[in-house]
Amino acid sequence: MNGLVDPLVYPLQFDFFQKGLLVATLSGALLGLTGVYITLRGMSYIGHGLSHSIFGGFAASQLISAQYYLWGAGLWGVMSALTIIGVTRRHRIGADAAIGVVTTASFALGVALLTHFGTSGPSFESALFGSILGISQTQIVMLVAVAVLTSAVVFLRYRALLFATFDPDVAEVSGVNVLVTDAVLMVVLSLSILATLNIIGVTLVAAMLVIPPVVARMLSDSFVKTLTLSTVIGAVCGLVGMYASYLAEVPSGTMIVLIGAVAFVAAMAVANRRHRARVGAVAAAPR
Amino acid sequence: MSGDDGALITLEKVSAGYDRKVVLRDITMSIGGKDLIGIVGPSGAGKTTMLRLLLGTMRPSAGTVVRSPGLHLAYVPQMETVNWNFPLTVVECVVTALVRGRRLPWPSRAERAAVAELLDRLSIGDVAKRHLRELSGGQQQRVFLARALITRPRLLVLDEPTSGVDARTRHDILHLLAGLRAEGISIVLTTHDLNGMAAHLPHLVCVKGSIIAQGDPRRIITPTVLEMTYGARMEVLLHLGIPLVVEAGLDAESTIVGAEL
Repeated sequence: MNGLVDPLVYPLQFDFFQKGLLVATLSGALLGLTGVYITLRGMSYIGHGLSHSIFGGFAASQLISAQYYLWGAGLWGVMSALTIIGVTRRHRIGADAAIGVVTTASFALGVALLTHFGTSGPSFESALFGSILGISQTQIVMLVAVAVLTSAVVFLRYRALLFATFDPDVAEVSGVNVLVTDAVLMVVLSLSILATLNIIGVTLVAAMLVIPPVVARMLSDSFVKTLTLSTVIGAVCGLVGMYASYLAEVPSGTMIVLIGAVAFVAAMAVANRRHRARVGAVAAAPR
Repeated sequence: MSGDDGALITLEKVSAGYDRKVVLRDITMSIGGKDLIGIVGPSGAGKTTMLRLLLGTMRPSAGTVVRSPGLHLAYVPQMETVNWNFPLTVVECVVTALVRGRRLPWPSRAERAAVAELLDRLSIGDVAKRHLRELSGGQQQRVFLARALITRPRLLVLDEPTSGVDARTRHDILHLLAGLRAEGISIVLTTHDLNGMAAHLPHLVCVKGSIIAQGDPRRIITPTVLEMTYGARMEVLLHLGIPLVVEAGLDAESTIVGAEL
């Protein structure tokens, strides 16, 4: 028994591991929750795009203040997200194209400004690769605050968010202010990416916004179950990924994404099995 | 209908379009209490634009749209526009429309009872926990009708509710709408299906960029109106007093077997 328990308990004596476990689990849950709305809107690429955009914001805002670069990067990300919504609504181009244009331009602008006027600092590097084991108390507080804010928004605006995601035209007619609802979602998404970006890195943020919702969708046909499952799957990927990272001595971000990929393959097998059973039941039903 | 003092919505000399292109010109019509109006016309005639003007999601470029104060309306979109891969059960779909008032995600006891009663009334209570994609075309149409009715609208607007369903389902849907009208709900719908509409709707509006004719189907469904609306010659036959439309060039008498001509 000890052989099983020891590898789970032993790393918990290290402060860096405790913090890493906490932020990986919380980041997974937060991105899993937000990601459901993003993937169902066909905006899966926005995670990747906005994390690059915010990366550009990190770069640009350091020119003004190294102390408040997080605020600058956050504002940069929110502005990028709102620009995407504005461009998508006003012009006849798809969300994917708007994301591609706005976020890459935003990223390029930040890097150009930094290259011309300043130099890259340590936070610039961590924004790109993440630094889950070297996380500060401020970053943990910020992550918890964003998680609480996001949960409150999803809880209090649940019906409006769902209606605007599923059927925006009818939602508008039914009394939902779709523009405000979309803007709130984009602000929450930007803050979620900002809070997790320099903890777990660009690639992991993009992956964790997409993998848990897709896995949850394959396992459920109900929205509330998909939302709950996605949050839990994100958290479990973070938790298991951290342990796997410690045991296999592989970078944590890599292991978290790999655990997510394993969950995806397993969910696909379950979904296929269910589909075959359903088809079989229909074929066997008396006519 | 036009000239009704108790009108829910009145369009007065309204024009509307997109990017400087006028789609509808000089539209004057009115929707009153307990009206059941069908808007018919070919693709691109401006039917959906007319619905948008009624719903208030589009502003006219000229003329005025007047709504009765506090008018509560509900909209049933075309089934072709629905995202069938979205994870949503029948109950979830209907409860989603209850966006006014309660903020909590889960429905209250009263909301649950109202949804269950409505689903039973529309004969889809037994599929309440099923995913939308698992339902038949008629059941899917009823789910979206339930989503609209749960908000207790005064005016119900439907975009092509009989598109893509079989004759029996079409009959059921139109029968259901007639029942709702009898309960005091005004209904406006668009359709391509002239024959189905003539038998069920007391008021038709033929549209092609402007209103070609409006009124009782038995009066306005004529070869001249049809040619102006659809740009093709059609014959009109009367069967039990209901106008039936057949394309010109076909042998009308042999096509409508048993018709009382």
